[in-house]
Amino acid sequence: MGIRCKQDNKEKQQRKVNIMKEIVVISGKGGTGKTSIVAAFAALAGKKVLADCDVDAADLHLVLNPKIERREDFSGGKKAKIREDECIACDRCIEECRFDAIQYPVLGNGKTADTPYIDPIFCEGCAVCVRVCPVEAISFEPVVNGEWYTSSTNYGPMVHARLGMAEGNSGKLVTQIRREAREIAERDGLDYIIVDGSPGIGCPVISSITGADLVLVITEPTLSGRHDLLRVAQLTAHFRIPTIVCVNKWDLNPDITEQIEGEAQEHGIKAAGRIRYDSAITEAQIMKTSVVEYTGGAVSGDITAVWQNVLYALG
Amino acid sequence: MKVAIASGKGGTGKTTIATNLAVTLAGKGKTVQLLDCDVEEPNCHIFLKPEIESRIPATVLMPEVIEEKCTGCGICGDVCEFSAIAVVKGKVLIFPELCHGCGACTLFCPEDAFLEVPREVGIIEEGKAGGVRFIHGLLNIGELMSPAVIHSVKKAADETGIVILDSPPGTSCPVIAAVKDADYILLVTEPTPFGLNDLELAVGMVRTLDIPFAVAINRSDVGNEDVKEYCKREKIEIVLEIPNDRRIAEAYSRGEMVIHALPEYQKTFETCWTKITDLHGNTLQAGQQGKTATES
Repeated sequence: MGIRCKQDNKEKQQRKVNIMKEIVVISGKGGTGKTSIVAAFAALAGKKVLADCDVDAADLHLVLNPKIERREDFSGGKKAKIREDECIACDRCIEECRFDAIQYPVLGNGKTADTPYIDPIFCEGCAVCVRVCPVEAISFEPVVNGEWYTSSTNYGPMVHARLGMAEGNSGKLVTQIRREAREIAERDGLDYIIVDGSPGIGCPVISSITGADLVLVITEPTLSGRHDLLRVAQLTAHFRIPTIVCVNKWDLNPDITEQIEGEAQEHGIKAAGRIRYDSAITEAQIMKTSVVEYTGGAVSGDITAVWQNVLYALG
Repeated sequence: MKVAIASGKGGTGKTTIATNLAVTLAGKGKTVQLLDCDVEEPNCHIFLKPEIESRIPATVLMPEVIEEKCTGCGICGDVCEFSAIAVVKGKVLIFPELCHGCGACTLFCPEDAFLEVPREVGIIEEGKAGGVRFIHGLLNIGELMSPAVIHSVKKAADETGIVILDSPPGTSCPVIAAVKDADYILLVTEPTPFGLNDLELAVGMVRTLDIPFAVAINRSDVGNEDVKEYCKREKIEIVLEIPNDRRIAEAYSRGEMVIHALPEYQKTFETCWTKITDLHGNTLQAGQQGKTATES
């Protein structure tokens, strides 16, 4: 009986895992409208959790107005710190630091300090200085460099974060947010995880897309948008993640829109629809609401069609 | 003088301002270098259309084991804080993408069994256009080490004349690598809630780095007045406002410089530069005065 029960649970879990789909919205080029479109998806999608993985410049909360329910410190790693009273100023740490993070600071009176100082902004956390210090005067402790939150919104649960000023390790924080969103989706039996990604093709973007079910690239009909899309396409191909593309503000340059869609097709990336230029997108942002709730106009129809195509692409 | 063009939010107009400033200044006979430090998605070349004269790899140092010397003691794995080395059954395994190039493994290997070899993580291209010396970097697809490529771009520049630096968006490691040694930072934003939120984050970053800065507002007549009110409250100078001119957006979409498609904007960029140099001069003077005051 016990075994049977266990098996049932396992099957149940399996089923949940199979049904749940994770969609990541990225753009390559910044400012193409990712967050506004994700906010619209929040209003359109059924049972979902939202994850803001643009931890450098998180904006989704400005529209979804989350109520924070749980708050956790994020530590991306350890950093080195010199205990001035124990330091003998032998400079071994300075000689071996590859990141130029250790210097004698100039004091307010124009004089140089007696002991060196490790600038936390440039400390990479490699601990080489800690290990070469002959008098063990350097401590190496985890540092808090951000916070992440699980929140409730009118659209369902949301996981988001705030990275500290001038902090690195955004990739680790992205991984943490996605893990939490997945747990919530599994716990609540949700159908979708909708991830708002960051611009670029580097560390946080790679952390956002690995293992996702679908990447939706939002681009714009400019030569820059086209150039950046091609680099994103190479990235998602590298990690073998199914990808579709949507041209936002397509009517700004219909020729380039067509060119982008054609080239994307050559890379195995299907068009997910076009969204027209409409000042309602900015107006909705100012009213702190999603564009599909702000207006029943044509632009909302465009975004709804893109969401339908996302569902179709997920199969 | 090195001026970095940065922003928290992407797509606010960094590249437009960087390229148009650089070409405007070169047109006035100044020696100008333009460094595109957005190595993940560089776009300056689309507008500048430089003739590329040299192409070199951007590399990071990565350890390589000299098998004959290695005893499999495992110290390298213990001292690697980035899990880039694992020693399994006496054999050293290296994961290149995770390596930060700190040199710990090489330094602490008791057998001197490591060599450090350059590993390509991107490409640096250099060229000329419109009187501007141009350098940009391209991060290889799938690589994580944007800051290493950014450092290579900056190393390829020399210290003469004016350096305009186009930064990646955001506020974390690649941005810091790009802007950390700038003399002045221009933070570009747009007058929307997202623009304001990301400007506040960028201001926090720049203040942490203690670099003087001013703000440029692009598409200045959309959205609301909150960005201007914020700048006033925080005593931040606004040195450039570009209106939401559809002709600019169209020129941009075709990869055309604003000052070429719409020459009337040349004056706008000239004025912006004068304001930046004046403000920078004032900061230098204030610093000098502060110093003299404490000395006396």
